[in-house]
Amino acid sequence: MTTNTRHQVTIEADPTVPAIRMTRDFDATPAQLMRAHTEPELFARWVGPDGMDTRILEWDATTGGRWRYVAGRDGEDYGFHGSFHEVGTDRIVQTFTFDGQPESVALETLTFEDLGDGRTRLHAQSLVDSFEGRDQWLASGMETGVDQGYAKLDALIAEL
Amino acid sequence: MDDVKLSKVFAALADPRRRDMVARLATSDATVGELSESHDVSVQAVSKHVKVLVDAGLVSQSRDAQRRPCHLEAEVFDLMTKWIERYRQQAQARYERLDAVLADMADGGHATPTRHIQRGAAS
Repeated sequence: MTTNTRHQVTIEADPTVPAIRMTRDFDATPAQLMRAHTEPELFARWVGPDGMDTRILEWDATTGGRWRYVAGRDGEDYGFHGSFHEVGTDRIVQTFTFDGQPESVALETLTFEDLGDGRTRLHAQSLVDSFEGRDQWLASGMETGVDQGYAKLDALIAEL
Repeated sequence: MDDVKLSKVFAALADPRRRDMVARLATSDATVGELSESHDVSVQAVSKHVKVLVDAGLVSQSRDAQRRPCHLEAEVFDLMTKWIERYRQQAQARYERLDAVLADMADGGHATPTRHIQRGAAS
């Protein structure tokens, strides 16, 4: 990219609860952001990691509805599913589970804050059930094994 | 050392005073006494903070030297920063894709048609 005028995402790991908070500004209205998060064909265009196809299998973006999609690359599929707990006008509360770790569930709260002039600030909070889970999440991304990350840290600490 | 967790590193850095100490140690090693002076905190309080940083693997203290200077384990610190940065970059990439989708929506005149002012690419 030749420009650094893009809005940057900020990330904060809460020290008191196992949550990750992200903030990001967009040149769009809250209504447009809401559509990009709730209309499956729009959502599928941006959510997946680069180079992965997102296939929506189930999608009912209403309060009490549920969703399921698969992100694939080179024949490998990663499935995700969850429920829409609340779909409001400027807020979405939903659960998020990676099929590979079905016992782990994150509670995600997305808020679209109207900044005026067609700009919106997205606040995204992911709350998980343990600090270990949160930090694994943070340490892993999706591409690198969590164990690998921890093994590295362990090795480093052992050398001290 | 399997009891070492990234959580401990986060917890250790959650305290603003400990973050200050880490910043101070990033410039050079310092004794508890020196940290106490430069942060205007009692030696006892600094000792407690240092213990948390040591437990997290962020700081080490040489055992034999009489002054026992505190040393920042920059590698641990960098590794953590790198992990968060990678996560952040993934989120950033995702949101840049969302930017493109939103720009399309604005062009297509869906929803509320807002004026989307393009920023100069090289400004």
